[in-house]
Amino acid sequence: MMQVKALSGDQLAERLEQALPDSVVDKISDEVWVEPARIAEVARFLKEDEDLDFQFLNSVSAVDFIEYFALVYHLTSLRKQHTAIVKAKVYGRDELVVPSVYQVWRGADFQEREIWDLMGIRFAGHPNMKRIMLWEGFEGHPLRKDYL
Amino acid sequence: MPIRTEPMTVNVGPQHPSTHGVFRLRITFDGEEILEVEPILGYLHRGSEKLAEERNYVQVVTLTDRLDYTSSMINNQAYCLAVEKLLGVEPPLRAKFLRTLVAELQRIASHLVAVGFFIQELGAFGTPLMYAFRSRERILDLFEMLCGARITVSYMRPGGVFADAPPDFWPALTQFMHDFAIEFNEFEQLLLENEILLVRTRGVSPLPPEMAINCSVSGPVLRASGVNWDWRKMDPYDAYDKVEFDVPVGSHWDNYDRFWVRMQEVRQSMRIIDQCVAQIEPGPVRLVDLPLVIRPEAGAEAYGRVEASKGELGFYLVSDGGIAPYRCKIRSPSLINLTVTEHLLVGWKLADMIVSLGSVDINMGEVDR
Repeated sequence: MMQVKALSGDQLAERLEQALPDSVVDKISDEVWVEPARIAEVARFLKEDEDLDFQFLNSVSAVDFIEYFALVYHLTSLRKQHTAIVKAKVYGRDELVVPSVYQVWRGADFQEREIWDLMGIRFAGHPNMKRIMLWEGFEGHPLRKDYL
Repeated sequence: MPIRTEPMTVNVGPQHPSTHGVFRLRITFDGEEILEVEPILGYLHRGSEKLAEERNYVQVVTLTDRLDYTSSMINNQAYCLAVEKLLGVEPPLRAKFLRTLVAELQRIASHLVAVGFFIQELGAFGTPLMYAFRSRERILDLFEMLCGARITVSYMRPGGVFADAPPDFWPALTQFMHDFAIEFNEFEQLLLENEILLVRTRGVSPLPPEMAINCSVSGPVLRASGVNWDWRKMDPYDAYDKVEFDVPVGSHWDNYDRFWVRMQEVRQSMRIIDQCVAQIEPGPVRLVDLPLVIRPEAGAEAYGRVEASKGELGFYLVSDGGIAPYRCKIRSPSLINLTVTEHLLVGWKLADMIVSLGSVDINMGEVDR
């Protein structure tokens, strides 16, 4: 029976450090934390590196931890049959901007718009960065913990 | 002197019988040809993710029914798997088989809806859809025997299912599987090599595999694009490692293949159900030592996913040690499959628009959440 395996944070961090020095912030069991400002670079490397080969972006999530927002990227390589979790901490509450991974994975399109809409993190380089679920002119970002 | 023409922008939906719910496409046409497409969503947005933060782990199951309401059982399953992963527990074997069995029944029901409406949108009004609904109705009756509800089932719980199947369920299931084999043969004979269907869908709106992968497309749409990827095989959950089935894969990547893959998957689901019935043994159906009010440890998180009828359905749960999920992100296959709308429609004609959209098989409950 075939089965996907999860790459460890150590493995990912090592590859990332080699190719993109100073991009890794931390690593825990099966996840790697990277600099939010370099997420697009990291994404491109993860996708284009032959051994990693993360062609498929499963999901992009944002979690509001009040002190910071966590951006979580779940990735899969269909060819190598492994998965990875990449995270980034975004500090602050206002005017948050992170590079978009749209140019790397088109699949991020609606999810990044949704994060802007509901969590209030903008993605620079996304060609259509506007609200998706709610209407333009809606005030606030409802999935934030301080919204209600 | 040529006649002066100009492109025309039309709204399809949000109230339109063929958009499968409240979905709007803003389309710019040049005559009959589509120049630009913009999907506009959010009309059914209920804030399910926010609501989940206000309910305890068991209550959230009821919210998942209302995502893709044509495959509630599979939604239940995805969520329960995520909670179990969060807790590090596994349901008893009988529960695993029951879940696999009802999930496959649900997949049949969902694919019948998809295929039925797909044919309806081609202009075959009524008849094939009623053939499909005739069988789907029977499946919903079976669900009613299990849990008293047909659509909003809430049958599964973290740690198993909420009750064992009643004794009447098994003969009813056997009878259904017997009848459905005949009904589905009829359905296949009517459709699979139907000339009108072939002419209208073969070669229309192909989706190349690289594009499908880059756009995070999953489920039957991905497989129709020639990519052999099914989470039931690649990361077997519940009892999928104990049953045998094949993964049908398309070769032309077009509307016909998306229809064909679903038809083949119904056949595979029938195989899985038969194997579940043969292998299931008496035993508990729910973890008894799991408390009703679940408190996973603070900081725990899990991403649970299943191969739902529309694609990869994932629940990303984060716990802060409380009785409700701190964050419950729903990775919805319908929403993400819509990423390719533009590619499927632009350059094609008005008459193929609704068909191509139908071939993606979206469900607005899940798109908007």
